[in-house]
Amino acid sequence: MSEQAVLYDHPGPRARVRNRVLTVVFGVALLALLWWIYSRFDAKGQWEGSLWKPFLRAGTWTDFILPGLWNTLKAAATGMVLALAFGLIFAVGRLSNHWWISVPAGVVVEFFRAVPLLLMIFFIFYGVPFLIDGPVEAFWAVVIGLTLYNGSVLAEAFRAGIRAVPSGQTEAGYAVGLRKGQIMQHILLPQAARAMLPVIVSQLVVLLKDTALGYIVAYPELIQRGINELAANDLAQGGNILIPAAIVVALIYIVINSLLTLLAGWLERRTKRRGKAPRAEGAVPVIVDDGSGTGLGTL
Amino acid sequence: MHVFQESANFDLYVSGFWWILRLTLVSTVFALVIGVILAAMRVSPVPVLRGFGTAWVNIFRNTPLTLIIFFCLFGLSYVLGLKLSDDLNLNIFWLGVIGLSAYTAAFVCEAFRSGINTVPAGQAEAARAIGLTFFQTLRIVVLPQAGRAVIAPLGSVFIALAKNSTIVGTIGLMESSNVMKELINANGDAVIEIFVVFAGTFVLFLVPIGYLFGWLANRFAVRR
Repeated sequence: MSEQAVLYDHPGPRARVRNRVLTVVFGVALLALLWWIYSRFDAKGQWEGSLWKPFLRAGTWTDFILPGLWNTLKAAATGMVLALAFGLIFAVGRLSNHWWISVPAGVVVEFFRAVPLLLMIFFIFYGVPFLIDGPVEAFWAVVIGLTLYNGSVLAEAFRAGIRAVPSGQTEAGYAVGLRKGQIMQHILLPQAARAMLPVIVSQLVVLLKDTALGYIVAYPELIQRGINELAANDLAQGGNILIPAAIVVALIYIVINSLLTLLAGWLERRTKRRGKAPRAEGAVPVIVDDGSGTGLGTL
Repeated sequence: MHVFQESANFDLYVSGFWWILRLTLVSTVFALVIGVILAAMRVSPVPVLRGFGTAWVNIFRNTPLTLIIFFCLFGLSYVLGLKLSDDLNLNIFWLGVIGLSAYTAAFVCEAFRSGINTVPAGQAEAARAIGLTFFQTLRIVVLPQAGRAVIAPLGSVFIALAKNSTIVGTIGLMESSNVMKELINANGDAVIEIFVVFAGTFVLFLVPIGYLFGWLANRFAVRR
């Protein structure tokens, strides 16, 4: 806040009037827009109590929304663990002194970072069954896709973090007689992980959001269970719950992701305050902005 | 390469990526414009504008793009009756552009805001001291410096946008990933070949663009 307040002076009488006029004009325009949207939804009967009533029934939650949320979290958690492992292995691989390790690791990371997640999931779900002569579970299509993509992004974050550790740390490690692997394990990785924690958390938010793509291959996650199947079930009973369900599901996503983003911000402030971890700023411009919690991957 | 020697398949492939290219370019323009306006709002002296910017960023950044695109189809098109083109595909295309732009603008805004934070406070203070207004401070002093610091983040935002444009396929546009799915289902014997061509096209375009942005960022970095 203090950095931003510096952009303008403390308002004088004229500035106060101008700000007030802007506030009123913009506020009225915004309210008019919201009112227009509200009345259009109203005209289509989307606010009728009968559409929202199903959310008061326990079955809506226990049969549809909560199982969907559980599946979303299950896929996200599995993907997070695998992506972190993938990222760690390929970051270290890319920093290897042996070209026959670092070059293939670099190719893999660059490849999976550039391929859209949807394309990966389609290939795993529709293509791989032709290769292995058997079906691929939707769960694994989603998790493997998430792992390869987010793992590659995390690999780059880890690599930038490791390179941002001052070289004196490595030299000190050699001086006390540690081997390459020991230096990586005991000196570089712990410091890099600490410095990159905010980036890692915001990438994990991206991963959680991307599980939503699971509904394309009918994995019963939050959108599939909480919107599609809930609406289909409701339609069979003569309802039309599609839009209300989508609004409720969106709110659930917003709450969960906001909490994770807050966690990322808190971690960032915490690492900055202690000032022990090597700061990644400047050294790794491509990654830094991820640290602002923007979560660029999926974006 | 027998799959792509058939002209019908090759045309499908080209049209799939033609949609992706158009989605990316049009959404880039809108996202950039909206994103800069949002960033200006978030640092402005008017609380309502700041609140609007913050709300936009928090809502769109924390909702999966899949769901936003879904809302564009069901909310904007079916309920609000928004019709952008008589052509079915073009209508979906414009709905996709709205969703992608609104979503990406949130990330553009955050990139610019963190860029504004990298400009030393002394710069803005000096600008104010010589009597520049808020807009002059922003336009003449702060944004040109912030713009250089956000080249790399903006690069990754727009590369992500190019990849995200495949998600418009989920509301029925025959873009590259849907084309790939169809070709795979029709040619089970050439699965690897089809995947390599589609993924390779993305890699071929996006990896060099990523390096280009990295180079630009270094080239224009503000030396302090």
